[in-house]
Amino acid sequence: MQLSDQRDIKADVATVWAAILDADVLKACVPGCESMTGNPTDGFEAVVVQKVGPVKARFTGAVTLSDMIEHQSLRISGEGKGGPAGFAKGGANVTLAPSDTGTLLSYEVEANVGGKLAQLGSRIIDGFAKKMADEFFTRFQAAVEGPPDTEDVAEDAPIDEKKKSWLKRLVS
Amino acid sequence: MPKDGGIGESTKRREDIRFLTGKGRYTDDINLRGQAFACFLRSEVANGRINSIDTSAAMSMPGVLTILTGDDFTGMGGNPAGWLINSRNGEPMKEPKRPVLAHGKVRHVGDAYAMVVAETYGQARDAAAAIEADITELPAVVDMAKALADSTNLVHDEIGTNQCFDWGWIEDNRAAVDEAFKNAPHVTTLELVNNRLIPNAMEPRASLADYDAGTGDYKLYTTSQNPHLHRLLIAAFVMGMPENKLTVIAPDVGGGFGSKIYHYGEEAAVLAAAKAINRPVKWVAERSESFLSDAHGRDHVTKIELATTKDGEFLALRTETLANVGAYLSNFSTATPTFLHGTLMAGPYKTPLVYVNVKTVFTNTAPVDAYRGAGRPEATFSIERVVDKCARELGIDQAEIRRKNLLTPDQFPYTTPVGLVYDTGNYQATMDKMTELADLAGFEKRRAASAKNGKLRGLGLSTWIEACGIAPSNLVGVLGARVGLFDAATVRVNATGNISVMTGAHSHGQGHETVFAQIVAEQLGIPASSVEIVHGDTSKIPFGMGSYGSRSLAVAGSAMTKAVDKIIAKGKKIAAHMLEASEQDIEFKDGSFSVAGTDKAKTFGEIAFSAYVPHNYPLETLEPGLEETAFYDPANFTYPAGAYACEVEVDPDTGKVEITAFTCADDFGNVMNPMIVDGQVHGGVGQGIGQALLESTSYDENGQLLTGSYMDYAMPRADDVPFYTVDHSCITPCTHNPLGVKGCGEAGAIGSPPAVINAVIDALQRGGHTHVKHIDMPASPARVWAAINNA
Repeated sequence: MQLSDQRDIKADVATVWAAILDADVLKACVPGCESMTGNPTDGFEAVVVQKVGPVKARFTGAVTLSDMIEHQSLRISGEGKGGPAGFAKGGANVTLAPSDTGTLLSYEVEANVGGKLAQLGSRIIDGFAKKMADEFFTRFQAAVEGPPDTEDVAEDAPIDEKKKSWLKRLVS
Repeated sequence: MPKDGGIGESTKRREDIRFLTGKGRYTDDINLRGQAFACFLRSEVANGRINSIDTSAAMSMPGVLTILTGDDFTGMGGNPAGWLINSRNGEPMKEPKRPVLAHGKVRHVGDAYAMVVAETYGQARDAAAAIEADITELPAVVDMAKALADSTNLVHDEIGTNQCFDWGWIEDNRAAVDEAFKNAPHVTTLELVNNRLIPNAMEPRASLADYDAGTGDYKLYTTSQNPHLHRLLIAAFVMGMPENKLTVIAPDVGGGFGSKIYHYGEEAAVLAAAKAINRPVKWVAERSESFLSDAHGRDHVTKIELATTKDGEFLALRTETLANVGAYLSNFSTATPTFLHGTLMAGPYKTPLVYVNVKTVFTNTAPVDAYRGAGRPEATFSIERVVDKCARELGIDQAEIRRKNLLTPDQFPYTTPVGLVYDTGNYQATMDKMTELADLAGFEKRRAASAKNGKLRGLGLSTWIEACGIAPSNLVGVLGARVGLFDAATVRVNATGNISVMTGAHSHGQGHETVFAQIVAEQLGIPASSVEIVHGDTSKIPFGMGSYGSRSLAVAGSAMTKAVDKIIAKGKKIAAHMLEASEQDIEFKDGSFSVAGTDKAKTFGEIAFSAYVPHNYPLETLEPGLEETAFYDPANFTYPAGAYACEVEVDPDTGKVEITAFTCADDFGNVMNPMIVDGQVHGGVGQGIGQALLESTSYDENGQLLTGSYMDYAMPRADDVPFYTVDHSCITPCTHNPLGVKGCGEAGAIGSPPAVINAVIDALQRGGHTHVKHIDMPASPARVWAAINNA
């Protein structure tokens, strides 16, 4: 499946770029992420717990950043093995462009599943991938913009307080 | 006729008492002292290179006894294809090895590459999850046309192509057929898909292996439709052991539909494991494993053309078919799309020229093999759809175009242009019977009533024939079969006059225990309750090729009848001795041996008792005992045929198809138990309706099975099928077997899919949606709605 969307983030391009490359930001933004270690050059190791339809699993896998053109675009791809539940893999092509209010972040996401996830969850995987992508970028936007200035931000995307303060430092 | 059930009576099925009261004994009901449990680790990718399999962590987990991988089976043989098919250019088919467990590469999602054996199934499963396999995913080969076009991405690297063979039937017909098409006044062309089906037997596959270290004997309890064939494949081809060291027992088996004909790697793997740990090893498939690893059915993509006169007289027919064999050649996979399909392309018609081309294609999907009907549903669907389309193009009534081209009774025996000899039939009789029972005359009235309710009513017909009673060994040997397809029976008369019949057929739902007893009872003039049918155990039964291809009655039943004839002959010898008469003067009738023209007689029971208490036998001329074995090899296939009518109502707003009536008029030859025949037709039509309206197997472009559970794979339910009208009173007995029987097991699944689709198209056409010429199966609401609205 493939989907695309975009978001207007109230921060300059350089700030958004720096946030994308940060393991802690990624950890805070990947829904169900239990741990994320590594760096943009060597890639990240992640553990993510997710429930796809009837299948709940702990995925361990790698997240890599590639095709990086500084302050412009990159590709985030990930592949996770969920043991008996099967595997999931996907990627997002992200482009950044300055906008009147900050940065316009556009993304195209594709996702694939295999094994039991495909056999049992294929009907719901498109919706699941859309939800995951929405949540990721909602959290990302909240993380970069810091504590909500307005009521409409991050209502459904809580990030823990410690992270928030760290992010506040990052973007200030 | 004996009081409690002979030939022709609708005797209730004796086996149902145990099935319906939970007393059936299936493989998983059998437990051996000290048994361990196996779990198979299966590939999650459709195509992958196995770099390494690290079992060390898994081996140290609680309860784990052994772990076997493909490396442990490299010394064993491959699981073979049962038929050698040659390509049009004379080259033999490509036959890559099918190992017990995947080695080097995994080739479809569900391909087993490791087996864990542990004290409990839970422990085996946990340990399987702890195996670290490094498998590099490779691009999957899924679409058949792409698989043939792309020689760089191969399912089996060592054969250099994804094509198994390119078969022409009959190649010598080709030029004449092409010529006929060039000159034909009218040609109808249709491209269609025969959808891949997943068998879904109620009982999943299961095996329990036992090894006796003292004698070196193996015993395998397994879900098999043919235990002797399993023994042969495992012993002679895969594991390399003498057949006398392996006993295969197929106890009660909960449905097969073809999927349990074949030998699967799990069976050899549990046998090897039982020896390795010197303990019995059991494996029972989970439903998900059945979806992934049972041999699937159908999966053809076909272009069919029919050349006719302007009046609709068939002149020639030709087809080009791509048939999917999946990742490995399953045992009958090469015969199914060829000699069970191409040879049937004349149908019940007098089409003088037929040419069939079939290319079989390897893909990274589960193996595809025979499934109820096996090749003949594919042939019938193609023919009956193109005939229907032709009738519409020429403006001829659907019934009329069929009547115009059906073979007539005076043409039998009839040699078809595709190599078969139909011995007998009366296709006009079944057509007439169907016309009457389905009330075709009243259709217009019913259509008008439906229209008032906003529904589109359609009528679809199908006239079908099949070749079953598989099979004459002489013929199939010429055609490439690597086995004979005779059958055998032993009839053992016990001293007290009751009888055990050991038959090579295997009942996995068909009701053999009832019907076979009826036949023996009729022949011997004794109560059916005195006859016990024993099947499914290679240590008890002389030999047998099992049950598939509607062969049990026609082939194994004939062997049984021959064995009973030998019993009667022997009984006459004994009677002659007891009655002090000449053997030639002894008559046998209604359970009594008598001297012709006298009142001197002995009952069957007296003869049986004497055979085992031979106190005064002339031993030079008369052996004690009363037990006979017969082998029977049919002289020809049998050719049941019939005419089906399906009426549907289509809701044009939703595309939902409801079958309002389904009528079957079949000629099965002589009928032994009408109730059981009705049931077989009901089940077959139910499966055909499943294929036509509901069942769809879907792999994505990465070879992931998307329909891997009942959430996504729609099996027919009670409210998806109508009350059937079933008739088998049109009878032309088979001319070459002793009972005059033809076989009824596959009929419903063969004749029904085209009747359903023809009815759906008819409904849309009559409803004004004349742009809809074809809808591929399953005709789901989404597809029908889209067809209506994509004008």
